[in-house]
Amino acid sequence: MTDETVTTPPEETRKPDLPPPITAAGPIAWMRDNLFSSPLNIVLTLISVYLIYKVVPPVLQWAIFDATWTFPPEVVTGDRPPSISDCAPGGACWLFVRARLGQFMFGFYPDPERWRVILSFALGAIGIYGLLGGPAPLKRHFAIFFFVAFPILSFWLLRGGLGLTPVPTELWGGFMLTLVIALVGIVLSLPIGILLALGRRSKLPIVQLVCVIVIEVVRGVPLITVMFMANIMLPLFLPPGMDVNVLLRVLVGTTLFVSAYMAEVVRGGLQAIPKGQFEGAMAMGLGYWSMMRLIILPQALRISIPGIVNTFIGFFKDTTLVSMVGLYDFLNMVKAGYKDANWVGVEISGYAFCAIVYWICCFSMSRYSMYLERKLHTGHKKR
Amino acid sequence: MAQPAAQAAPQMQVGSDVMIELSGVNKWYGQFHVLKDINLAVYRGERIVICGPSGSGKSTMIRCINRLEEHQRGKIVVDGVELTHDLKKIDQVRREVGMVFQHFNLFPHLTVLENLTLAPIWVKKMPRKEAEEVAMHYLTRVRIPEQAKKFPGQLSGGQQQRVAIARSLCMNPKVMLFDEPTSALDPEMIKEVLEVMVELAQSGMTMLCVTHEMGFARTVANRVIFMDRGEIIEQNTPEEFFNNPKSERTKLFLSQILHH
Repeated sequence: MTDETVTTPPEETRKPDLPPPITAAGPIAWMRDNLFSSPLNIVLTLISVYLIYKVVPPVLQWAIFDATWTFPPEVVTGDRPPSISDCAPGGACWLFVRARLGQFMFGFYPDPERWRVILSFALGAIGIYGLLGGPAPLKRHFAIFFFVAFPILSFWLLRGGLGLTPVPTELWGGFMLTLVIALVGIVLSLPIGILLALGRRSKLPIVQLVCVIVIEVVRGVPLITVMFMANIMLPLFLPPGMDVNVLLRVLVGTTLFVSAYMAEVVRGGLQAIPKGQFEGAMAMGLGYWSMMRLIILPQALRISIPGIVNTFIGFFKDTTLVSMVGLYDFLNMVKAGYKDANWVGVEISGYAFCAIVYWICCFSMSRYSMYLERKLHTGHKKR
Repeated sequence: MAQPAAQAAPQMQVGSDVMIELSGVNKWYGQFHVLKDINLAVYRGERIVICGPSGSGKSTMIRCINRLEEHQRGKIVVDGVELTHDLKKIDQVRREVGMVFQHFNLFPHLTVLENLTLAPIWVKKMPRKEAEEVAMHYLTRVRIPEQAKKFPGQLSGGQQQRVAIARSLCMNPKVMLFDEPTSALDPEMIKEVLEVMVELAQSGMTMLCVTHEMGFARTVANRVIFMDRGEIIEQNTPEEFFNNPKSERTKLFLSQILHH
């Protein structure tokens, strides 16, 4: 060993960094790598191509090319109402959706008042946008708007009173009702679920016991049962003469239900936070709530995003169960449409429309959660 | 290992007032008796290095000082405040005692600057701007002001540990506890962390360090404590401790760590 080998070699004797070899580029290389890399892979590719060939063209044929999209002239002029007979057999009957879209969206909400629903959801959309993707310095304002002003405003807009024509909740229905139930459940279940999760991990035995009981009882019962119980049993516990609105009872029941699930998802995230994070926070003199709010929950919730969104998506679809207690949510409203003598036999088109709408909602939630995960990634995952 | 060249600066004087006092401290983990009748007085400005084999209770002892661990018998008084179940007193002690951990325990979701300003803002209610000035001051002192906007996960282990030291200093503590601060670091990063710790010692900070960096102990410690099986076996000045160990257990331990 000489001295030269110990010191760093001068620049010119070092091997230069080379670019990686170009072996895979272009569509043919891609196909070779991804579709035909092994005999098994070739077989799977061929089977998949065959299945796509068998399924996709007939579906497109039914839903687009053979479907009926426009009303015949006598319906447009108003001479007779539209019916199933206006649709070509063998294709989707989108006339049913077009004719009843208003009802699917707003239920029995009176026509001249529907702008109130649109306005309140527009406000909600602005709030959500500001809260989740908007400019950072305005976040606090958006949070106050969304969690305080928006619920009060939209309650007033939807319910009426104080200068607006009152619209009783019995008239609410369709997609609007689905959104109301889903939004209330989603927005309230996260904070309640967090509190339940913290309670379950609490060192205070009473708090822990209460939280465990709430979570396990609510989670161990089907949602329909919770809804029936909320509908039938809640009035038994209230003083006589005090009538609680059906929708309110359902909202209480469903919110409690999602909260129990949310609690366990959040608890999973809390479990994943290393003990050192708690100790680091405590050693600096942070109290329990500051530590949770500033250090533990931001990390635990970030880990829990897939589970949280999973719960939200599941719940969004479970809102259809409110039809069991006589509410006309989106799906139930579409089903009610078939009962019209003019539309007998239009079920498949109706269900297809429902499926598309639910899918769009759930898929957007899923995409948004993936975006959020990427955005909140701060490089510490690598370690 | 690293031998930071430093002469005892004039401000490295040890005060006569007791900063931390442990008397008759006992602790059990279930049936296991981790701390056995610990008596220790730490004077203001004193720098103590605690060593001993693993499982000897040295980490547990310093973690009792800021109540990350609870002692079951005996008395711990930190700067006149006795540690009991009173949460207010625990918070009061924690505000004055900084701690640096083996695994840094930085908050990965916050930037370096946010890690440093968090406690001053939320615990001391310091205005954000002032907290940021304090943070930048200490980041400069640990020689990484340029990393302020990065996340901890983007820094090397040595840099992370220096951030952790700066984070504790931002609370302007009266005592600093170090729990094996260099044990999780790659060899080439130990030096940069020890240099910061030596500077801190020279500034007159009261320090308790659990470490096996004997070079550090020789350079800055006033007292070296050797613990084994939950007891303080021996304590002495570094020269006496290393050159003239009294107990057999100390001799065995020193021979193991110095001649490996």
